[in-house]
Amino acid sequence: MVGHSPPPFFKRGPAPLAKLVFFGIVSLALLVSDLNLRYLDAFRQGLSVLAYPLQMAAATPADFVRNASDYFASLVRLQIENKELKVRQLQGAERLLRLEQLEQENRRLRALLEARERQVAKSVVAEIMYTAKDPFSRKVILDKGAQAGIEAGQAVVDEAGVIGQITRVFPMQAELTLLTDRDQAIPVMVVRNGLRAVLFGSGNGLMELRYLAANADVQPGDKVVTSGLDGVFVAGLPVATVARVERDQAQTFARIPCLPAAGVERFGHVLVLGQREGVAPRPPEPEPLNKGKAGKARKARAAKE
Amino acid sequence: MQPNNRSKRILLPVKMWFVYLTLFVALFLNYIPTGHLPAVPDLMALVLAFWCVREPLKIGIGAGFVFGLLVDIGVGAALGQHAFAYVLLAYAGNELSRRVLWFTPVEQALHVLPLLFLSQVVMVVVRLMAGAEFPGWWMFFGSFVGALLWIPLHYVLLLPQFRPVERDANRPI
Repeated sequence: MVGHSPPPFFKRGPAPLAKLVFFGIVSLALLVSDLNLRYLDAFRQGLSVLAYPLQMAAATPADFVRNASDYFASLVRLQIENKELKVRQLQGAERLLRLEQLEQENRRLRALLEARERQVAKSVVAEIMYTAKDPFSRKVILDKGAQAGIEAGQAVVDEAGVIGQITRVFPMQAELTLLTDRDQAIPVMVVRNGLRAVLFGSGNGLMELRYLAANADVQPGDKVVTSGLDGVFVAGLPVATVARVERDQAQTFARIPCLPAAGVERFGHVLVLGQREGVAPRPPEPEPLNKGKAGKARKARAAKE
Repeated sequence: MQPNNRSKRILLPVKMWFVYLTLFVALFLNYIPTGHLPAVPDLMALVLAFWCVREPLKIGIGAGFVFGLLVDIGVGAALGQHAFAYVLLAYAGNELSRRVLWFTPVEQALHVLPLLFLSQVVMVVVRLMAGAEFPGWWMFFGSFVGALLWIPLHYVLLLPQFRPVERDANRPI
């Protein structure tokens, strides 16, 4: 094929180099539109219907391995676990009873103060099936999807705190992006002093409080909870604990790595929280002073929302 | 059948249904959720490279693109990431096939190793440019494992094309 062209009576289609250029450009265009513009979710859903049976069949061995360990768990271990769970339930029951009373009291007080009622979100229990194979991101697949009423954007928690957010929904599965993913951010506040900040995943199983001034009042061991400003996460869910604080005079911001509070890298059951309703609308964006590039970008963003 | 390789055996012509069957089996194996285990070989790339080298007139860039997209969907990667890498891999495999087929399976594996490695490098570069985290050097070990698997694969995938060995003193070959 190299060096001499085939006789014209053999039909071979376009030249290899032409094919390479064509398919290369198409796949690069797909990449850009998927990573930057997110236009292709419908296309992906369509193709995923094709891939789904194969995917399901491939997940079966993993499922089997996961279930087999449960299956062969010893009786003693299960009894111990059962006892522990009973104790925990008793403790929880006492708290629940108090919670009910507190909630009523809260409602009364809020009515007195004429504050808006906090909404109670409906939620779905799901199980983590497996870690997505893509080594560049931290995502897991849940065993419930659009048919169970899960939507993209919902928050996911376990018994200790926030795990992440649903990013893609398929009919029977949902893709959950963990908090430790590089692209994941969550608005939080420090419990001790109510300092607001944004927590980013840093990729290596940790998270990072970014854009806090070098002299910000944060100490190692501080608990960080959701602030609820995003309209996605309910306020007050535990997210992380500050691991250490590195203040460098040369840098404007402090470097604050945090450890996730929930079992972000574990398997098991999780709770997909319902969408929050009745979040106050965002205040209108101020008119830009100069109608330059920045103004355009902001407008485009506003239009998207 | 390539008449120009140094194999002593004359092979039967390849059956296209077998080629596609092996490609889909490789796709299936790629879908097995191994999580972030290091050094898992990309079997799809390996089988695709095999057929691209073996049958450059039948399997090529188009197949690479389609199967790349299917891998992207299944493993939750960016759409087009594997497709792009496999398109390059298929092109290189087709172009190299005339040369590679003259070597023994072990030497062929040495030729395929850089192809597999480069397809991984392409994916890493593409994703790092998009702002993903670096998955660690262990990931590249997968292409070395893949190249090792070429040697058994070479026999397994050619098995349906082997004829029974029959001795015939009067036949010239």
